[in-house]
Amino acid sequence: MNDAALEPAEAPPVASSLELALTFNRIALASFGGGLSAWSRQVVVEERGWMSDEEFLSAMTICRVLPGANQVNLAVFVGAKLRGASGALAAVLGLIALPIAIVLGLGTLYAAYHSDPSVQAALRGVVAASVALSLSMAYKTGRKTLRSAGPWVLFAVSFFFSAIVRVPLLPMLAVLAPLGLWWAWPKRQAT
Amino acid sequence: MSLLTALRICLLFGTASLLSIGGGNSVVPEMQLQAVQIYHWLTAAQFADIFAIAQAAPGPSILIVTLIGYQAAGFAGALLATAAMILPAGLLVYAFARSWQHATHAPWRIAFEHGLAPIAVGLVLASGVVVARTADHSWSQYALTAAATFIFCTTKLNPLIVVAAAAAIGWAGFA
Repeated sequence: MNDAALEPAEAPPVASSLELALTFNRIALASFGGGLSAWSRQVVVEERGWMSDEEFLSAMTICRVLPGANQVNLAVFVGAKLRGASGALAAVLGLIALPIAIVLGLGTLYAAYHSDPSVQAALRGVVAASVALSLSMAYKTGRKTLRSAGPWVLFAVSFFFSAIVRVPLLPMLAVLAPLGLWWAWPKRQAT
Repeated sequence: MSLLTALRICLLFGTASLLSIGGGNSVVPEMQLQAVQIYHWLTAAQFADIFAIAQAAPGPSILIVTLIGYQAAGFAGALLATAAMILPAGLLVYAFARSWQHATHAPWRIAFEHGLAPIAVGLVLASGVVVARTADHSWSQYALTAAATFIFCTTKLNPLIVVAAAAAIGWAGFA
């Protein structure tokens, strides 16, 4: 897949820290209800031209496999690429500052009204839908990654121990992550 | 906020930060276990509601930790939890972003891309199942989850519309 070497020979895009913060703030606010990664691509690749599609997708992959919230990681990644440490900080603050205020506001409203039966009834619906967001994300990412026996085994084992047995994450990953890396290490013709 | 609570918040979310492979949702079961069953900062039902708020609100859904921190120790707890959740992984990603661009064909890059992704998918699915088990109590709620999952998987509809519709269905007494 990567036969063409993608050396960034042309002049790298420039952006101020303020621009980074404002851009990621816009991405965050657009994602009311979800769809944050789709919005990130739309803005970073199409509107700003800060990354090519190829670069964005491989950055997404890194941000997904590295620990941390995917979208926070992506903000760090894009910020670091464009403006080093201060760019990474600006992008993250832009992404989370206003959402923190909003989430706390919603949380306060919840504390005031959560015993109201009609609010509780509405929340039951929202919870059911937000569970669906996780399930559909598992389906969408699974469709792309679970394409042979190895990935299926890794997937099944991690699901089984996390959801059914409820093993703490640390010991589970201590065993499973090295197995995954070992399986995927390109010794022969992997994938 | 007592020193002990501050320490527990830093430890729980700092660890969760480094363990959240596959995104924030992969540590939701772990955070639920610790915040609800060990520290009793909130009840399982409250946790499910907070999960829903964080999912629906704009911004990264990892801001569920802001709300858990708020339940544990008020406003200061909220900020501390958020910082503890973001800093460790953020520093790691920053270091990684710098070396990644010089390693297009390195074996370790290929191994990372292909070896950890399936584990992450399992963890994301587990987070959905764990919350469903504590939150969905009736057949109508399971049906609503199933219907919304189907819509999310098969259409490009803005998820907010589905979430709002689900709220309306619940409010009308059908969930």
